[in-house]
Amino acid sequence: MNTTIRRLSIFCLLMFLVLMVNVTWVQGFQAQSILEDPLNRRQFSERLSEPRGPIQVAGENVAYSEDIAEEGKPARYQRFYNEGGLYTPIVGSFRQYGASGIEGAENSLLDGTDDRLAVRNFRDIITGREPEGAQIQLTLNPDVQQAGYDAFAALGDKNGAAVALDPETGAILGAVSYPSYDANEVVSITDEITAVNNYVELENDPRKPLLNRALNERYAPGSTFKVVTAAAAIEYLDAGPDSEQDAPDILSLGVDLPNAMGSCNGGAPDTLAHSIQISCNTSFANWAIDVGGENLSEQASKFGFNPEETLTVPLEVTESYAPVETDRNILGRAGIGQSNVESTPLQMAMVAAGVANDGEVMRPYVVDTVRDSDLSVVTQTSPETYSEAVSASTAEQLTEMMVLVTGTNGSGTNAAIPGIEVAGKTGTAENGTDLTHNWFIGFAPADDPQIAVAVVVEFGGGSGNELAAPIARSMMEAVVQ
Amino acid sequence: MSDTSAPEAPTALPPVKRRNAELVLIILAVVITMVGIAIAGINLNGRVPAATWTVGLTFGAFAVAAHVAMRFVAPYADPLILPCALFLNGVGVAMIWRLNAITTEDIERAGVGMQLVWTAIGLICCFLIIVFMKDPRVLQRYTYISALVALVLLMLPALPGLGHEVYGARLWIKLGPFTMQPSEFAKIALVIFLASYLMSKRQVLQIVGKPIKVGRFTLIELPRARDLAPILVGWVLAIGMLVVLRDLGTSLLLFGTFLAMLYVATQRSSWVTIGLVMFGAGATIAYFLFWHVRARVNIWVNAFDPEVYEQVGGSQQLVQGIVGMAYGGLFGTGIGAGKAHQIFAADSDFILASIAEELGLTGLLAVLMVLLVLVERGMRVALASTGTFNKLLASGMAFVLVYQTFIVLGGVSRVIPLTGSTTPFMSAGGTALMTSWIMMGILLRISDNARRPAPQAIQDEGATQVIRR
Repeated sequence: MNTTIRRLSIFCLLMFLVLMVNVTWVQGFQAQSILEDPLNRRQFSERLSEPRGPIQVAGENVAYSEDIAEEGKPARYQRFYNEGGLYTPIVGSFRQYGASGIEGAENSLLDGTDDRLAVRNFRDIITGREPEGAQIQLTLNPDVQQAGYDAFAALGDKNGAAVALDPETGAILGAVSYPSYDANEVVSITDEITAVNNYVELENDPRKPLLNRALNERYAPGSTFKVVTAAAAIEYLDAGPDSEQDAPDILSLGVDLPNAMGSCNGGAPDTLAHSIQISCNTSFANWAIDVGGENLSEQASKFGFNPEETLTVPLEVTESYAPVETDRNILGRAGIGQSNVESTPLQMAMVAAGVANDGEVMRPYVVDTVRDSDLSVVTQTSPETYSEAVSASTAEQLTEMMVLVTGTNGSGTNAAIPGIEVAGKTGTAENGTDLTHNWFIGFAPADDPQIAVAVVVEFGGGSGNELAAPIARSMMEAVVQ
Repeated sequence: MSDTSAPEAPTALPPVKRRNAELVLIILAVVITMVGIAIAGINLNGRVPAATWTVGLTFGAFAVAAHVAMRFVAPYADPLILPCALFLNGVGVAMIWRLNAITTEDIERAGVGMQLVWTAIGLICCFLIIVFMKDPRVLQRYTYISALVALVLLMLPALPGLGHEVYGARLWIKLGPFTMQPSEFAKIALVIFLASYLMSKRQVLQIVGKPIKVGRFTLIELPRARDLAPILVGWVLAIGMLVVLRDLGTSLLLFGTFLAMLYVATQRSSWVTIGLVMFGAGATIAYFLFWHVRARVNIWVNAFDPEVYEQVGGSQQLVQGIVGMAYGGLFGTGIGAGKAHQIFAADSDFILASIAEELGLTGLLAVLMVLLVLVERGMRVALASTGTFNKLLASGMAFVLVYQTFIVLGGVSRVIPLTGSTTPFMSAGGTALMTSWIMMGILLRISDNARRPAPQAIQDEGATQVIRR
């Protein structure tokens, strides 16, 4: 029996050898790649000991790090955020166990480990200077952002989002998601437990304050999508503002489709311009059917729907959909932004901006410049064309028609700014509940657009003009007045 | 294996005690424990904590008391076993103190929970066994009783009302304020049962068989169908544990120990082959039939898949442990200087990952080496002891130690799927510590008996022969 005991002890030795070889592999050879894995949630807390670069809006810090250690103790950097929840949807939060927004998307720049900072890092090693993270300047316009945020706060218990773009560059001037949260509440390194509890509370909040609705929530765009349908009608069918289309009071699309105001033109055919002005449903359903599913979807894609690859600004933007419809009833409803059409607020802002910018959609971006800690520019975003949505003449005709919306007898009079022509389009989207989503998209001034906006009030239950247009107006006023 | 039926001759050993060597090593183990606590305190708080003396010296007192007792009750016992076990126990205590200290408001008030109390209780159990169990062979009488005890202990947590679930595993029972993990004790009962059962049946299991030959070579010697009964029972139990109690750790431990002891007793590798094939087949079938087995395997294979990580009961704990090990690297962060407290169950199931982070690969390998020395000393006790029962008992206990370490560290470092299991002597937890010390008691008793010089016959006036021990 001693033979087998000896063999067993050799077997035991082998088991230990396996363990020893394996831990050597894990700790000796794999360690670096494990540490760099995104699932290493500690890398966020680890870097609390290094100064992290600030995030700025209009030259002012909105997120910055400060050493809170007592004198003589090793540095401990606490992240601070200014302006409460105003910028949180874009700026995000840098927590011990993860990061969101720009804090997450540009983490390697902010903490100084990015390759683009390699030369500087190398220099720091030689000179012995403590490495610091880069600073990030955002494109946000504080006035626009504040106007949008305040307008939502005034509504009180409604959720929603608003996006404002500079049509000429694609720079994101405002990105409001409501409700938001104060990032300071979830990032404390001195009271970790409260920070974690607060975060869990936010995660479980039914109003989803952690969700950036401006970029990452899809809604049926409703009548605001008629701008896309009108663009397709002009581009593919050579229609114009005066082209007429059947506009019955009720159109049979499987289930009857009525008009919001009852009648568009007393049941007679209605012009494209008038249909936009008062937001006629039946004529636009007919336009969509005439344009055809493929063309309508293609036109939407030219504005940025159905993207082949995920758009990043550098935050990831959720895809918006306008699929090819073959069924007449579904296609008709797609023409008025219902059925399978779904859009993020940013996407609808891109539609408005595309029309405003002579048909050319600029690639949206929110990071303007990245500066090294010595303030030398590391990267500067230059505007680039995202797509050619429509021809300049089509854009001009669309603008002409959209201006009617905010004029006398238009459907979006609440967005009108005295002395300035505002182009717009309202939307009141059915969503299967009693409370509709209320939209407004538009830009101003119509002849020299400086800002394009899209606003959605989630389950607003009113009309686009009633709830969304005033928000859009205050955001536009922040730039044009 | 021609010498199978030859009587086992005890390996002759000179009657050396080496108790002084034991004392030196024990003092070293205690000093390492105290230094561990001291460095942890310096890293956490900037100065040597009082616990260095309170915890360290209490532990030291226990250790020296154990040594002194050994001089009287088991002077010939192996001198390496006690220091190795105390070293592991001490490193565990230091680590547990460090992990408690970070969550305690005032570091000077941090303790080690019940770990010192359990160490004392474990040592007392060890002592009582050495004193009162003069010859472990008395345990042979309780073959089937120990089988029954093992079964009952394994099944206790499944009882409603008594069972207590922690982190999804139903391994504990709750008696008033105490929670216990009866499957720990079951290991001892199981080894006792196997040793006595195999001792009486080994001849049959050993000899009768039907060789299956390929040409001149014997491929495998198949046992008779009826002799397969015990292995079948063991297999059903192991698979039952896996499926009903969802406890892969105990299932592996049960069946592995069973196969190892079967092999030692019968010297037939065919048993092991048959057993492994059966377990493999059973586990494969369980994999396809039961989602919780699949989940375990999935966590093991795809630990670093973000989706698996985010799942409830996903790979988060495993990844945290591995990340900790990665932070440790070759030399560790230093005890108290790392973030081992962020590892899940850092003081129990994942204590080796905590060690790996703060003491590095170097420290982990040192701990493993001491464990290996302890185990090989256990095997040595088996070799040196007389009688089949003692040999089986000693080698069985040594194997349980190795195997348990393999299951827990193999799980933590992804050699095998992760299963909840304790690390011998180190994990926080009373039952496990007590069990380990009871096993040491049995080993030390066998060792003392084996190494004690044979009684000498003295001729004294006339015909009466007096035996002096």
